[in-house]
Amino acid sequence: MGLHTPLYDAHIEQGGKMVDFGGWDMPINYGSQIEEHHQVRRDAGMFDVSHMTIVDLTGERVKDFLRKLLANNVDRLKESGKALYSCMLNEQGGVIDDLIVYYMHDSWFRMVVNAATREKDLAWINKQAGAFDVNVNVRDDLAMIAAQGPHARDKVHQVLGAEAKALDGIGIFFMRETGQLAVARTGYTGEDGYEIMIPAAEAKSYWDKFLHAGIKPCGLGARDTLRLEAGMNLYGTDMDESTSPLESGLGWTIGWEPAERDFIGRKALEAQKAAGQNKKLVGLLLEGKGVLRNHQKVVIDGLGEGEITSGSFSPTLGKAIAFARVPGEASDHCQVDMRGKLMAAKIVKPPFVRQGKACV
Amino acid sequence: MSNIPAELRYTKSHEWVRKNDDGTLTIGISDHAQELLGDLVFVDPPEVGTTFGEGDDCAVVESVKAASDVYCPIAGEVTAINEDLADAPETINADPYGDGWIFTIKPEDDDAFMELMDADAYGEMVAEEDH
Repeated sequence: MGLHTPLYDAHIEQGGKMVDFGGWDMPINYGSQIEEHHQVRRDAGMFDVSHMTIVDLTGERVKDFLRKLLANNVDRLKESGKALYSCMLNEQGGVIDDLIVYYMHDSWFRMVVNAATREKDLAWINKQAGAFDVNVNVRDDLAMIAAQGPHARDKVHQVLGAEAKALDGIGIFFMRETGQLAVARTGYTGEDGYEIMIPAAEAKSYWDKFLHAGIKPCGLGARDTLRLEAGMNLYGTDMDESTSPLESGLGWTIGWEPAERDFIGRKALEAQKAAGQNKKLVGLLLEGKGVLRNHQKVVIDGLGEGEITSGSFSPTLGKAIAFARVPGEASDHCQVDMRGKLMAAKIVKPPFVRQGKACV
Repeated sequence: MSNIPAELRYTKSHEWVRKNDDGTLTIGISDHAQELLGDLVFVDPPEVGTTFGEGDDCAVVESVKAASDVYCPIAGEVTAINEDLADAPETINADPYGDGWIFTIKPEDDDAFMELMDADAYGEMVAEEDH
């Protein structure tokens, strides 16, 4: 038996098909992964993301600490509640994890890191935190529900009633606190919506209210196809400690300026940049029938080979899509070795789908 | 518990086989198999007129989660395929033993059907797999 989130009983009640995910018993779907996918693209769905790790970082020098710890620059965060996506790198420029950091005020930042990487992340964060007198407080007292889709925010507002007032005019990638909740306009689906942090004891009650308001439960299966369509990387699959953000389609998350900010991994990234990047992460769109799968070989005429890091079927496009790590010069077309046959695929720039609309 | 109709025969690789009045056999994948695969998104059927031996891989069904070969349960020649699956592979999820059939064959040996597992034997096999 694996770990249970505070919403485990809700998943069982709603017929969730439970699987192991990084040591947690989580729902892969509640019947049909494809229906759940469409539910989020067309209306509103919710995911239990309580297995993710919420960490509060406090102290007078917390900002200096994060300037060192993260590849993206927290100095970009000027307004309270503003969020930033970043990689946390090792000295070799490999990705220890990707995360979202929220600026609460000058001595308090909140970070959300992945579930499967929890122990190594906390060990790394604690190791670096000592020099800055930063307090690392893991918020296992909080559950998290992601309500996503074009109608998700309206439905959440209905449920929150008067407490929704505090969310008036909330910007994209901002968090606000209301009552016992911390509500962030973030997500992992390419749709509008909220990620809502809730005291664990209240999580089931909110889940049931959201359900009643028409926000349907969706499993990790739909979460994966939604994020892939949205062009969002999955840690451990699309990047890990052996790959840098430059090789993972995440160059945009590196805060190069100011040049004197000496974040962990900077020297390695600069060396990689100077040497010329020999690999990159691209999107693939299969031209014929079939489904692209993780680890399939990609062949690019004259340039060599690459590999699919995340491959699946896109319910929105009705075609197979993937991320692949390929030689740096690759463009336009490639072939994928699918069960021994070479099949034609187009090289595209993710995202594949945003706000319900095809982009490729 | 998955649905296992008593009038059909089954294979270890989760195909079902129905004996038709004209001597042909209709073949699909079991309810248990479709449930394991999850939402089906592509079916690559065999070609009509092709002859397969027993246990040959003759079709592929792909779900969001995985690709799976379909094996010919009995040696014979393909006489028809379910064309509707090209546009609606999810029919296999909705109705695995009815509209979700995949192909029919004319068997080389009319008696081979009776040598396949019956519903009880298949049910036991599935129950053991679940443990």
